[in-house]
Amino acid sequence: MNAKQILTTRRALMTGLASAGGLLLGGCSKQLPPTYGNVLRMGDLLTYTAHRLLLPRGRLAKEYAHGDITSIPAVGTTNPADSHQEAFNADNGPAYERLRAGGFGDYRLSITGRVSRPGTYSLADLKRFPARTQITKHTCEEGWSAIAEWTGVPLRSLLEAAGILPSARFVNFFAFDDIADGIDMLDALHPQTILAYGMNGRDLPVPHGAPLRLRVETQVGYKSTKYVQRIVVKDEFDDLGKIGDLQNGWAWYAGI
Amino acid sequence: MASGLLTGMIEPQVAGSVVASADDQAASGRPGAVGLPRGGHARWVRLSHWVVAASVLTLAVSGFVILMAHPRLYWGAAGNDLTAALIELPIGRNYRHGGWQQSVAFFPQPHSAESASRTYDIFNENSWARSLHFLAGWFLALTGTAYLVAGAYTGHFRRHLLPGADGRMAQRAWEDLISHLRFKFAPTTGGPPYGILQKWTYAGVVFLMLPLMIVTGLAMSPAMTIAYPFLSGMFGGSQSARTIHFFAFAALILFLVVHVLMVVLSGFRRQMRAMTLGN
Repeated sequence: MNAKQILTTRRALMTGLASAGGLLLGGCSKQLPPTYGNVLRMGDLLTYTAHRLLLPRGRLAKEYAHGDITSIPAVGTTNPADSHQEAFNADNGPAYERLRAGGFGDYRLSITGRVSRPGTYSLADLKRFPARTQITKHTCEEGWSAIAEWTGVPLRSLLEAAGILPSARFVNFFAFDDIADGIDMLDALHPQTILAYGMNGRDLPVPHGAPLRLRVETQVGYKSTKYVQRIVVKDEFDDLGKIGDLQNGWAWYAGI
Repeated sequence: MASGLLTGMIEPQVAGSVVASADDQAASGRPGAVGLPRGGHARWVRLSHWVVAASVLTLAVSGFVILMAHPRLYWGAAGNDLTAALIELPIGRNYRHGGWQQSVAFFPQPHSAESASRTYDIFNENSWARSLHFLAGWFLALTGTAYLVAGAYTGHFRRHLLPGADGRMAQRAWEDLISHLRFKFAPTTGGPPYGILQKWTYAGVVFLMLPLMIVTGLAMSPAMTIAYPFLSGMFGGSQSARTIHFFAFAALILFLVVHVLMVVLSGFRRQMRAMTLGN
């Protein structure tokens, strides 16, 4: 996918959003997160639409110096193999334990959906892409924040390698725990949106999402899905059911 | 600031009639000229007052629920349970919960950044509280903007809110303060003209505190601070902005309490009638 195609994608997204003003109450466009008639989701949709229409694009999150790195709590799922954790998945948990025991050598990230070359990538495959290292701030919805160094492959590189189709609008992530989430193409193609396998100069630790986690610096922390197992590219919005944000009562767009 | 808020939001016609400027009285004595019947509030003032009041109450409740998820305040760009807090607020069960696994250092140096996994099931109602907070924030920002435009356009601010600069301002403020401290409240006519401390307080809330709440709120947003880095930069970081957001909230709550108290003391029925029916 070349730069021109990306621009077309963005223009299409803009057109979709611009024509969506009247849909705020209904929220029935498949290019936008649905509201299900819930007034809170209407507010979320207003925020998302306003951000996409009004905010300047292509700006980077502040990157800090190595000395700015702070301590960082690990919250939510801190081990997908632990059956006591809230988002434990009975099928994926034991599979994760086996992968972890093998140093994630057998880990394979799959990319499917609206790509011309669906496939799987080992950690070694991912590390063959040009890496990006960034020291950025993780802003948790709970109210705290932390600065850490993340190393990984830009999601954009991976999407381009997989041959993302021009009609694609959303990138969804399925994790080893019962978590799935998604972002739009603007955030997916952002230069600082990476799939991180390294943290603070070493392999990504298990509590922080080993072997691979998303970093979405343009949104709050819960959008940076940990323990990523599968990526599915979609033309239309998918609420991802009971393991997605919306059906759990959370805003899908969390730029604020 | 606190003492100014405490003494400033009175609706006293004793004080008002003593200290109101000739301009105020002339303006309020000309019904129709500025859409203000004597003693009442213009329709757009009443409407915006109650939309903002409902928004602020919703923001206060949802904001407090959000704060309960992480009742620690910091200064600078970042802060969390594993770093030193500026203030820890003993609200809710997350206060010093202590539910952490053994921390692990990232680097070999002493005082290295570290990580620990949380084992405690925290209170977190942010799923609805955050969305409700931002929804109410939209109402506040849009209504507030319309109010500011209308206030400037109609001359409402110039006539009624901005204290006219003259040589007697300090004396008027002093007299106003004394009459307030003596709890001298005559039955109000409702609405302008306002006393000078009242003007200062309303102007402070309208032009300083509520805009500060919105700006410090936006300074916590990843998307907003990426688009406009000065939002958090001007406060010294997003966590500083969060701390200022909290203290400005506390000041506004103090304003709200005294404001309602003064409405009651100066004639509740008359004041409520002036801000609902208009006269």
